[in-house]
Amino acid sequence: MPAISLAKAPQPASTDPAQIRNFCIIAHIDHGKSTLADRMLGITEVVDPRNMRAQYLDRMDIERERGITIKSQAVRLPWRSGIDGNEYILNMIDTPGHVDFTYEVSRSLAACEGAVLLVDCAQGIEAQTLANLYLAMENNLTIIPVLNKIDLPNAQPEKFAAELAKLIGCEPEDCLRVSGKTGDGVKELLDQIVKQIPAPKGDPDAPARALIFDSVYDSYRGVVTYVRVIDGHLTPGEQIQMYSTGVRHEALEVGVISPEPVASKGLGVGEVGYLITGVKDVRQSRVGDTITTYNNPTKHALAGYKDPKPMVFSGLFPLDGADFPALREALDKLQLNDAALVYEPESSAALGFGFRCGFLGLLHMEIVRERLEREHKLNLISTAPNVVYNVTMDDGKEVRVTNPSEFPNGKVAVVKEPIVKSTILAPSEFIGTIMELCQERRGMLLGMDYISEDRVEIRYDLPLAEIVFDFFDQLKSRTKGYASLDYEEKGDAEGNLVKVDILLQGEAVDAFSAIVHRDKAYAYGVMMTGKLRQLIPRQQFDVPIQAAIGSRIIARESISAIRKDVLAKCYGGDISRKRKLLEKQKEGKKRMKMVGRVEVPQEAFVAALATDADIEKVKAARKL
Amino acid sequence: MALSFYVHIPYCIKRCGYCDFNTYTPNELQVGATLEIVSNDYIDAVLKELDAAPRDVVPTIFFGGGTPSLLPADDLGRFIAAIKARNGLTPDCEITLEANPDSVTSEKLSRYIAGGFNRISFGMQSAKPHVLAVLDRTHNPENVKRAVDMARAAGFASISVDLIYGTPGESLDDWRETVTTALSLDIDHISAYALIVESGTKLAAQIKRGELTMPDDDLMADMYLLVDQLCQIRGFSWYELSNWSKPEHECRHNIAYWENRDWWGLGPGAHSHIGGKRFWNIKHPTAYKQKLFAAETPIAESEVLTPEQIATESIMLGIRMREGLDMTKLSKTQIERLANFGENGFIEITDNRVVLTPTGRLIADRIVREITF
Repeated sequence: MPAISLAKAPQPASTDPAQIRNFCIIAHIDHGKSTLADRMLGITEVVDPRNMRAQYLDRMDIERERGITIKSQAVRLPWRSGIDGNEYILNMIDTPGHVDFTYEVSRSLAACEGAVLLVDCAQGIEAQTLANLYLAMENNLTIIPVLNKIDLPNAQPEKFAAELAKLIGCEPEDCLRVSGKTGDGVKELLDQIVKQIPAPKGDPDAPARALIFDSVYDSYRGVVTYVRVIDGHLTPGEQIQMYSTGVRHEALEVGVISPEPVASKGLGVGEVGYLITGVKDVRQSRVGDTITTYNNPTKHALAGYKDPKPMVFSGLFPLDGADFPALREALDKLQLNDAALVYEPESSAALGFGFRCGFLGLLHMEIVRERLEREHKLNLISTAPNVVYNVTMDDGKEVRVTNPSEFPNGKVAVVKEPIVKSTILAPSEFIGTIMELCQERRGMLLGMDYISEDRVEIRYDLPLAEIVFDFFDQLKSRTKGYASLDYEEKGDAEGNLVKVDILLQGEAVDAFSAIVHRDKAYAYGVMMTGKLRQLIPRQQFDVPIQAAIGSRIIARESISAIRKDVLAKCYGGDISRKRKLLEKQKEGKKRMKMVGRVEVPQEAFVAALATDADIEKVKAARKL
Repeated sequence: MALSFYVHIPYCIKRCGYCDFNTYTPNELQVGATLEIVSNDYIDAVLKELDAAPRDVVPTIFFGGGTPSLLPADDLGRFIAAIKARNGLTPDCEITLEANPDSVTSEKLSRYIAGGFNRISFGMQSAKPHVLAVLDRTHNPENVKRAVDMARAAGFASISVDLIYGTPGESLDDWRETVTTALSLDIDHISAYALIVESGTKLAAQIKRGELTMPDDDLMADMYLLVDQLCQIRGFSWYELSNWSKPEHECRHNIAYWENRDWWGLGPGAHSHIGGKRFWNIKHPTAYKQKLFAAETPIAESEVLTPEQIATESIMLGIRMREGLDMTKLSKTQIERLANFGENGFIEITDNRVVLTPTGRLIADRIVREITF
């Protein structure tokens, strides 16, 4: 029996590093990572079959529903090798799986010596997995290629084994074949983890150094910090210190997750576990930071620490202005668990009081918005996301623009925008389509490689602003969903950018201003004025809608005055019905925002600013 | 006090595509049944409901539907006699019958007169066959003239036609022809209604499937202004948003609704308004009859209006009428809000009354929202 009972297994703080294997699983959404993890929990018997549930490690509803991992987990799995018969401790570090969280992934990888590269053998590798694989290879991790879902009828293990072999430089037959669903091959995988992945190395007598690879806020216990000990050890009751801030805390509790938290006597070299200090805010326990001890601090921080840097900004406004304090409270709470979320109060003439929020990327933005709406029961309008621009004026003054309405009106010398290096993986039949899309979006081709007979990797430099503006949706729809995308920051570049304002009856509506490439300003103006003409109901007077760059009008539409707003019939039974309709409309009127004299329904703001997916959501909500 | 009666006749031979009224074909009520089978005890049920009504004298009775002219004239006459015996009728009591121009004959019309009717309203809808086809109306447009002439010959003192505008495929010229044709008839009154697409109707489904397209509001507005103009020229003046008549031929029954007087609706789904209370009957004719024959009340629901609701209703209804709103009953804020509409030519104020202009009538609901919110 390869499983070992927890009580008899090597104990935390006294496990020989030679018995430890730290690994993560690199996989794309839907490629079966959570199912494989569930299977590992079952086979190593750390979870009683009676307590087992699907996606055991994904704690948040939103994680389960979307099949994504937002917060890392680290589970200690005792295992007796079927090859040498010895006892081992496997620490499985579950990593977030999305382009917005590349930095978090890199820190999780830094906590491991090896990675299981898990690929659905009906789909093949995806761009984000490839990006994470490269990241793992840069970190010198041992890669174990694994083809999952071999039980599927449309599995093509030979084809994708060849693809993986080419990517990581092994033989196709080195790829393990498993089924997370049936459990086939999972024991062999655990044995190969023991065999192939090196044991952690570290100096037990050196000053303590532990890498923070995630921190999670728990309303009962405060911040739970996930760490990997590199040197020395962490002991409960000890004074510990954060290297980047110098802040000191007492280690109230140290423990391991197996898969529920279990307090331990400490954590030694190579071990993975958690630490509780009683702090209430994850920003005091930053991913990538080094934990050391106060009495014997290290002089050398672990490499690779970065402050989270928001890349995408959007205004969040409560539909009901009275919810502003509730929104503030909700953001404060979310920030306890999300060090990357930044926000500051913002007031919009059109949308009232809200917050300008900074996110790591689009998914991060969506997750935050969804959690605010779902967990905090808020109805929100979000403005179109934008990136950060650095504007230099003719007089040399520099302005950082996180909100199009802040774009300076004076003489602008240079506007710089963030550029990303993007990687797209897709079947080769879509090369033309993808290149066309990237060209439309001001992309610069860097190179292209075949990763297998019929799949290519295409690399482009693209302005992040273009990606933020429905690039991913377009990529998916133009490639029938086959293409996948990953990108990373690549600094700023000068762009021929202008601010387009949208005016209703001559008055600029701040929420609709956008910074766009000069060549696309006209298209944006036509699109937005057209959209608004459809969305804004006719008023008692004509309403001109214009798009303008500065004082120059580039597009215009007009909503002619309403001519008919009456129900012809009003007899016996119609009277109550009509009065009730009137009462309902009275409620609806409260949801109107006045822009000058123009009544704009909030739905119009939502629809004008929203993506197609948002519009679907609004439609679905209306049907309820 | 006076009490008007509405009598609902919930039967039609065929349901028209645009109609969502509370009416049923015999086959919908009982598979394979004839009209006689489903309706034979209907007047008896309605007479039972009458027992619950107050005994005030009756200034107007209106038989609507459905298709009231489907029922034997003698049955309707029997009912009028019962009300007369029970409540008494005013000397000038207006008794209206809604009729399908196809289902009347000279003989039938004479019997309605004998039963007490003095006003008849024909569902003409349009003079254009292609418009009638979209509306699913079965009648031949030429029958309308025949029906009107027969009604006049039979002795009806007031004759009205109902028209519908804004049917998919109807042009402004089609509508002009319809109105002109109607005005050439020997009639005293016209009602013209913009077609409303009610959810759940065949018309709504046809529009959803893209088979038909509703005209835009601008064309509807032009059609309204056209009927108003043509009526005025021919001596029919508007007295309510959708109604025009020769002098002294206004429909007094409908005015009772708009002036918030007391009225009792008899029949399934019929609404009543008595002293600030509104109530309405269960909708299905079979359930309605069962209740009454079991000596139970057919009332489904009721509401007692708050003073605020009463005020809202009187603005909502009053503004639609030629007499308009009494300014002395409006608040200062309401009058301020109206000022804007005056500048834009939507209202006229004379003798402390606010009256809608033709363009103002077209946005009456908006004006009501503006002053009641």
